[in-house]
Amino acid sequence: MTAVATRVVSAGRRQRSSRRLLVELARYTVLTAVALLWLIPFLWIIITSLKPLEQVFARPPKWIPEPILWRNYIDALTNPGFNFPRLLWNSVFYSGLSTIGIAASCALVAYGFARMRFWGRDFWFLVMLATMMLPGVVTMIPTYVLFRVIGWVGGYAPLIVPSFFGYAFYIFLLRQFFLNLPWELTESAKVDGAGDLRIFLSIMLPLVRPALMVTVVFNFLGCWNDFMGPLIYLSDSSKFPLSLGLYAFQTKYQRAWNLMMAASLVVTIPMMILFFAAQRQFIEGITITGLKG
Amino acid sequence: MAIASRQVNTTSRRQRDLGHLLSQNLKGYAFISPWLLGLLVFNAYPLIASFYFSFTKYNVLKPPVWIGLANYVNMFTADPVYWKSVSNTLYYALISVPLGLAFSLFLAILLERAVVGIGFYRTVYYLPSIVPPVASALVWMLLLDPGNGLVNSALRSLGMSRPPGWFRDATWSKPALIIMSLWGAGGGMLIFLAGLKDIPRVFYEAAEIDGANYWYRLLRITLPLLSPVIFFNLIMGIIGSFGVFTSAYVAGGSSSGGGYGPGGTAGGPLDSMLMYMLLLYRYAFRYFEMGYASAMAVAMFIVILVLTLALIRTSGRWVYYEAGSRV
Repeated sequence: MTAVATRVVSAGRRQRSSRRLLVELARYTVLTAVALLWLIPFLWIIITSLKPLEQVFARPPKWIPEPILWRNYIDALTNPGFNFPRLLWNSVFYSGLSTIGIAASCALVAYGFARMRFWGRDFWFLVMLATMMLPGVVTMIPTYVLFRVIGWVGGYAPLIVPSFFGYAFYIFLLRQFFLNLPWELTESAKVDGAGDLRIFLSIMLPLVRPALMVTVVFNFLGCWNDFMGPLIYLSDSSKFPLSLGLYAFQTKYQRAWNLMMAASLVVTIPMMILFFAAQRQFIEGITITGLKG
Repeated sequence: MAIASRQVNTTSRRQRDLGHLLSQNLKGYAFISPWLLGLLVFNAYPLIASFYFSFTKYNVLKPPVWIGLANYVNMFTADPVYWKSVSNTLYYALISVPLGLAFSLFLAILLERAVVGIGFYRTVYYLPSIVPPVASALVWMLLLDPGNGLVNSALRSLGMSRPPGWFRDATWSKPALIIMSLWGAGGGMLIFLAGLKDIPRVFYEAAEIDGANYWYRLLRITLPLLSPVIFFNLIMGIIGSFGVFTSAYVAGGSSSGGGYGPGGTAGGPLDSMLMYMLLLYRYAFRYFEMGYASAMAVAMFIVILVLTLALIRTSGRWVYYEAGSRV
């Protein structure tokens, strides 16, 4: 290879690599700008939650509170309009029990669809897929009427009990996982004399843990953030979960933005902890939802 | 003798097989029984009852009274608020869904080729999606305060003398809700990101050898191959945005105070944030007009159903499925 050829090639490469650098620079500029924009509301929650009230709408906006009022958190969490321990317990109770119900029922049903042979199985599975398309709006009112007739309105039963009857999407997700487990496991367990329930509980269930985790995490998040369900069924403020309690707090103390932001952050933090603890499940879950749902 | 014993043998085997089959079926149905019961109680009954209630006058306390099509006639011809809620919801859906799709796709395409920090950016973009909707409505009400909210302060310092009134202004309240919904575009982005990863590298390599530039590859490879994912997000986005409730409830009801009258279902200035679900909720759970509210629910259900079927039907024209088969 001659020196000239080398020089031409490297010049071309240099040109290409400098163009590449420019593209990358543009890419990261946009990505970072959007990320900053995305973080501002979070930042503003934190900043506002530490401000004295008169600085909330200061002109120009104040980025550093003076003084930093950590007290706001105590004031918000001990405010009679925001009964924090009660609200927190209610949220944990609702999300926890519902999630237990969802995990148990969905795993059981998914196992049935994936590993058992019975008449009409494929038909029922199709029906289940169809129910995934059924919008909640069309079942909301009769469901309320039903719970009202049996006297459950006003408590958590209407929000929790349906969880024990499975949820189409999670059943679908878990079924995919059960389908992929080797049949030899079932056969050899049967030879050892294990019944179907035994096989399901002690052999198969531990193997679908990743999918079960996705189910648990998403259902917990969904209940924690649920607003309309508690709004429909609960009227006694001592029974409110955090989401509804936060709204009630806002309607009572419209202008106390600093306390409201402190309360908002406190309501959000458990979900952030959940997210960072189970980030992989979150991302996997959304990916599966999007591609195969 | 020999024949007889064989016969006995086969019948008993057949009996055994039948018994086995029966127990297998029983066990199978036992496993799916929770869902079957749920199907009956929480899907089938409510679906049928919704249709039935929609032809009645029903306030929960007294048994429903059949009034034929009166609810529908009322809804479509006599209730101006109904059409207001329809147009508000359409406005919101038709702008927020395409905008959200475009934006999340844009982010996903940028992020997919990023070498470092992909985890960081992904986390930051997705984070708003886990914030409780009430909390995110509150922070956006603060940010978009017409007086000295952060956004309007920024707009003023950029030289805009009269920035929008956002949630306090009938013209700007829906754009404010749309901005709020865009903050949650990270979920869609994650789905697109996964879709992009599924596109075989070979296509790009072949195109590069043929000298195809970036835009050609984007329009001829990336977008067509991603179309099933776009399609899915479109359906889910539209259905989701028809059901918009919490943000409008919190932001629109703030001026009317809770407890009395329409409360959170007030719908903001000049009913500009009166979304379909808000009105439905108002009729059902504030006024206990379950018949009328059911008619609203059925109308919405039919629209969603038709839309979904139409999208599935026409998807063959523009959605590419792998293995070259066009559905």
